[in-house]
Amino acid sequence: MSVLASGEFWAFVGVVAGIYTILALGLQVEFGFAGLLNFGHVAFMAIGAYTMAILVVKAGLSTWLAAPIAILAAAVAGVLLGVTTLRLRADYFAIVTIAFSEIVRYVATNEDGLTGGSQGTINLAKTGEAADYNVEWQRFEDWLQGILHVGSNDVAMLVLVWACALSATALVWLAIRTPWGRVLRAIREDEDAARSLGKNAFGYKLQALAIGSALAGVAGVFYAWQFAFFSPGDFAPLLTFFAWMIVILGGVGRAWAVPVGALVFGVLFAGTRFFDFVPFTWFDSAERAYLRLILIGLVIIGLVLFRPQGILGRREELVLE
Amino acid sequence: MFLQLLANGLVTGAIYALAAVGVSLIYGILRLVHFAYGDVMTFGAYVGVLCNMTLGLDLALSVVLAMLATAALSVVLEPVLWMPLRRRRAGFMSLFLASIGLALVLRQAIFLAAGPQPRSFDVDPFKVHTLGSVRLSGAQAIAIVIAVVVIVLVGLMLGLTSIGRTMRAVSDDRALAAIAGVDTGRVVLLTWVVAGLLAALAGVLAALVQSSFDPNFGFALLLPVFAAVVLGGIGSAYGALAGGLVLGVATELSTWESLGGGVDPVYKPVVAFAVLILVLLLRPNGLLGRAQVA
Repeated sequence: MSVLASGEFWAFVGVVAGIYTILALGLQVEFGFAGLLNFGHVAFMAIGAYTMAILVVKAGLSTWLAAPIAILAAAVAGVLLGVTTLRLRADYFAIVTIAFSEIVRYVATNEDGLTGGSQGTINLAKTGEAADYNVEWQRFEDWLQGILHVGSNDVAMLVLVWACALSATALVWLAIRTPWGRVLRAIREDEDAARSLGKNAFGYKLQALAIGSALAGVAGVFYAWQFAFFSPGDFAPLLTFFAWMIVILGGVGRAWAVPVGALVFGVLFAGTRFFDFVPFTWFDSAERAYLRLILIGLVIIGLVLFRPQGILGRREELVLE
Repeated sequence: MFLQLLANGLVTGAIYALAAVGVSLIYGILRLVHFAYGDVMTFGAYVGVLCNMTLGLDLALSVVLAMLATAALSVVLEPVLWMPLRRRRAGFMSLFLASIGLALVLRQAIFLAAGPQPRSFDVDPFKVHTLGSVRLSGAQAIAIVIAVVVIVLVGLMLGLTSIGRTMRAVSDDRALAAIAGVDTGRVVLLTWVVAGLLAALAGVLAALVQSSFDPNFGFALLLPVFAAVVLGGIGSAYGALAGGLVLGVATELSTWESLGGGVDPVYKPVVAFAVLILVLLLRPNGLLGRAQVA
């Protein structure tokens, strides 16, 4: 049976798309609703994943306690970054956020004592001890698998991740319809006008950044649970660009566009790995990995050129400028 | 030790400065934060290594060919990508995203064509020049001499020639320059030529100095180069020159042991980013930048 016909494979693609949905939803809140050009989004995912793993392995916390702390840590990091840099011009803010995410990655790569260094979380515990932060989670997944009567852990995870992703999307969709959400969009459209009406633009942006970073933290925690091991290389700037692509693919400023964008992206990205027809058969698997990223680059350029409003976006509400 | 670090810093800084001028010219004239510039540098280095190692050409000739090829690539992208984007009135965000897409395409295409294995140029790694207590490798010596010559040439071109003056005029105020009769289309093409030449040169020199490189190396250089541009005030070419040198020296000197033990060398890039963030917080328009009206 071809890989493309296997349920296991698509369950895995679905889990990854769900995690990307949560990550990109954070970006949608920051850029789509508050107009913030955060290009270091992946840093908060890394902070979420690492905080959870470190607290479980080094402090012996339960994963159920460590996960909310990790998400909070990501949000706090977002606030700290925002307090110092939100007053910068948009282009400077974009560069500084990339620099921030690279600092986080360098620290994770080089502080072996804290993060396990470049070898990743396998190195978290003292020598001779197993560094597994995922025992409790695995047990929970097995239990869930029994309850749901599904064949594999991945399917149980699929249900769980998407339940979380869709409820988060619904919450964001609702939040945008509150007066709070309207102020946020007003600031995106015309910050001076919103301020002249007495709205604290800085405070609103900071809140958007905190929520976006917390969502990235949630994505990080799910990522850590799903893969049971990760290393600093997993949080390269590329992941931030994937999240951007999902937001633009779906449509900027639309909450429900994020899961749609993530699904299209997930199928495009994972599916191309297993295309077994010409011209893909001309290349070996390493070369296909490069081709996949070339394709993603071309899609980003194509979207910017030909469909800046994305699949579901409304042209009259927001196009990329 | 101090002098040695200073010398290393000047070598790194001169390379940053070359690239930073390119990025700064592009920003000033096209209002584009060129995220693919690091990968354009990689492209230059790979053309250079192709000429030098595969075709067995002389190093100097290889550098010239690399610069020409990269300038050609840089110019071709104008009608293919940037002009259509500007026609659609693309703003900062769209241009930035398009350059991210271009960065992915370029880097992965280089991976595809050249493979992931590290490459190096044909220079003797054991040759050392000694100047007092300072020791420079052959590659470092070549890099600093060429970089300084080109930096001076670029400075003269911007300051004295009519091309340089029109470039700065368009950068300062595009509409005013156009009204005054400057052919902005020509200036844009010239900018891509100069930026391409500089990217290839900086790429080859950086590749020489770090002795071996892979297709990711240009992207790793990009953020320090951005930091140099911002340090000098984004869009100011002279500022970028100064910013590159300051940043190169600052990152190398940060590892000096007498400086409270110094920073672990693995954190040199972090020093560059930290300098960037710090400068922006203290002087939001860069060291030499002026407050701008959007």
